[in-house]
Amino acid sequence: MSKATEHLSKIKHSLAGRNRAEARFRWYGRIAIFIGLAAVAVLFGDIINKGHGAFRTTYINLDVSYDQDLIGVNNLADSEQLSAGNWDALTKSALRAKFPNISGRSDKRRLNNLLSNGAGFDLKDRLLESPQLLGKTESVWMLADDDIDTYYKSWLAGEAYAARLSDKQVIWIGELHQQGLIKLQFNSNFFMRGDSREPEQAGILGAAIGSFLTLIVTLMLSFPIGVCAAIYLEEFAPKNRWTDFIEVNINNLAAVPSIIFGLLGLAIFINFFHVPRSVPLIGGLVLTLMTLPTIIITSRAAIKSVPPSIREAALGMGASRYQVVLHHVLPLALPGMLTGAIIGMAQALGETAPLLMIGMVAFIVDIPSGFSDPATVLPVQIFLWADSPERAFIEKTSAAIMVLLSFLIIMNTSAVWLRKRLERRW
Amino acid sequence: MSPVETPKAVKVVKKSKTAPKSKKAVAPKIAPMQTLDIGDHHVTVGEIFSDKPKMTMRNINVFYADKQAIHDVSIDIAENEVIAMIGPSGCGKSTFLRALNRMNDTVEGCRVEGDIRMDGEDLYAPKLDVVELRARVGMVFQKPNPFPKSIYDNVAYGPKIHGLADTRVDLDEIVENSLRKASLWEEVKERLHQPGTGLSGGQQQRLCIARAIAVSPEVILMDEPCSALDPIATAKIEELIEELSQNFTIAIVTHSMQQAARVSHRTAYFHLGKLIEVNPTKQVFTMPEHPLTEAYITGRFG
Repeated sequence: MSKATEHLSKIKHSLAGRNRAEARFRWYGRIAIFIGLAAVAVLFGDIINKGHGAFRTTYINLDVSYDQDLIGVNNLADSEQLSAGNWDALTKSALRAKFPNISGRSDKRRLNNLLSNGAGFDLKDRLLESPQLLGKTESVWMLADDDIDTYYKSWLAGEAYAARLSDKQVIWIGELHQQGLIKLQFNSNFFMRGDSREPEQAGILGAAIGSFLTLIVTLMLSFPIGVCAAIYLEEFAPKNRWTDFIEVNINNLAAVPSIIFGLLGLAIFINFFHVPRSVPLIGGLVLTLMTLPTIIITSRAAIKSVPPSIREAALGMGASRYQVVLHHVLPLALPGMLTGAIIGMAQALGETAPLLMIGMVAFIVDIPSGFSDPATVLPVQIFLWADSPERAFIEKTSAAIMVLLSFLIIMNTSAVWLRKRLERRW
Repeated sequence: MSPVETPKAVKVVKKSKTAPKSKKAVAPKIAPMQTLDIGDHHVTVGEIFSDKPKMTMRNINVFYADKQAIHDVSIDIAENEVIAMIGPSGCGKSTFLRALNRMNDTVEGCRVEGDIRMDGEDLYAPKLDVVELRARVGMVFQKPNPFPKSIYDNVAYGPKIHGLADTRVDLDEIVENSLRKASLWEEVKERLHQPGTGLSGGQQQRLCIARAIAVSPEVILMDEPCSALDPIATAKIEELIEELSQNFTIAIVTHSMQQAARVSHRTAYFHLGKLIEVNPTKQVFTMPEHPLTEAYITGRFG
């Protein structure tokens, strides 16, 4: 056999093995992707399965008579009367009117427990909205208690969970159901209210606005600082030991556990500069420390990807360094910088640990209206609810996770879209 | 079994490939390396100086960190002449060109020594602003590098940053004139506001020339302006260089000896960072003074 044919047969022989190896490798890739997708599907499936119920909640329909003597209010303009008013009496009397045969303290209490303890205040708000109702009677859908809500949903799903209900309460709900006086309805409270100890009244708006305000502070601080640092380091700074040292430390900073940033914020911002705790301002400051390295690193990568020929062209035209950066480098690097910023913001949105250190874990009912109002943020809200013993908080927790995830998905999608949109080819 | 054998086979092939190459390098037909290395002391031959110089360079040394790229080069560039710089790869001709508008300043660790003057003015004087210098000495690069902006904005960029046009009408005029001078106007006048990067390679390079002449420089440096272009585009650029030489002083670095012969009035031959010979182009290509120049233009190395 000649040398050439010998080589050829060897090549042919090895070819089969190489092809097999490639096919195997493709399958490894497919399996890896499948595992990834399956994990995401399980995660989302579980969360949606647990959380979808929170978007609807149970309401009970009762005839309410706005009796002036019962509430002790005859002038709705008098705020003193309003705050002293016995609003629970309205719900209690409505329930008693519905189930007149109840006697005994404990049964009465159980009856009263059908409705949320906030239902009376909802009636007060309704009365303030339409004052002509005072002294009249109307049928109103009122928020049910969380235990009732949990039971009713599970009962509708065919696996009744009545552990926290008395037998009589179960019977009453059955009666209401037969008469069509109890129903599930879109849970506007969940989106319109702040936190509450009562699951049926707990909403996510306070945390969402807290997150929003915190992110605004973070973006306003970290984007300009990060971009300026990146431009200086890439375009102006001399390459020497100092800049190497800075670069190494920026990379180190990106790897610091986030709780450390929380401690730093506590020590520096709160204890030294006396920034008020639990507010979006301090949250934003701490998250700025955390996102800065991300933004600097991605911005530097974006600046590096601008072809040097563009810089040379501009310099050759007699543009100053500053003009080169402003007219050419920055516009070309901006999509990459914005993508980095959005990814940094998404990271900040999901961050919990550092915020625990600076008091953003507090139980806050009021919806924050400014950067210095006490607030909490979405992931911390999830943490708080997951920690609560009431069963109804399980679905609230999952629902809040769904809201947080959808924000994150929106942010990441917009990052991809922005990159596609602004990307320039040359 | 085969995976073990394959790399072996590759190694053998590599060896057999490289062996004859190294033999070739010392083949007696080619001038030996020590002849090519002209040593530390060396005098440039030919017509180095000019009666009415636009730019004068005296004893130029350029260093990249510790490595010396240009050794003691002196030369004049006359007014309205086209001077070509030729030489084998890595001989320092581009480095030398970039010293003329201080583009080397942007290179980390690059140091230029010597005296470079334009109209008697020291270009490396501490108080001289490179921005002003680069407005007077324009540059066209090896690879066409239009800004990713419209054709109009590309040409208008220089006048804009230097504040050369007072009104929109002035600017329009500058843009049109520059594009006409770069013989690109007829091809792009209908699409001035489309991106310059959408043009063909040759058109892009002419756009870069238009951009360079829009600020009316006195000298234009061209660093292998045709090396990325096809022959037809090259011919157009060469034609353009001839036209431009009526108004501008042009220094062009080229890899192509034919190009140097076609477009230039004088030719400077660089070798290993030293300027060997400067003479009228005709003479360089017919009767070179220095044996190295002759060896190069007759294709014995390079």
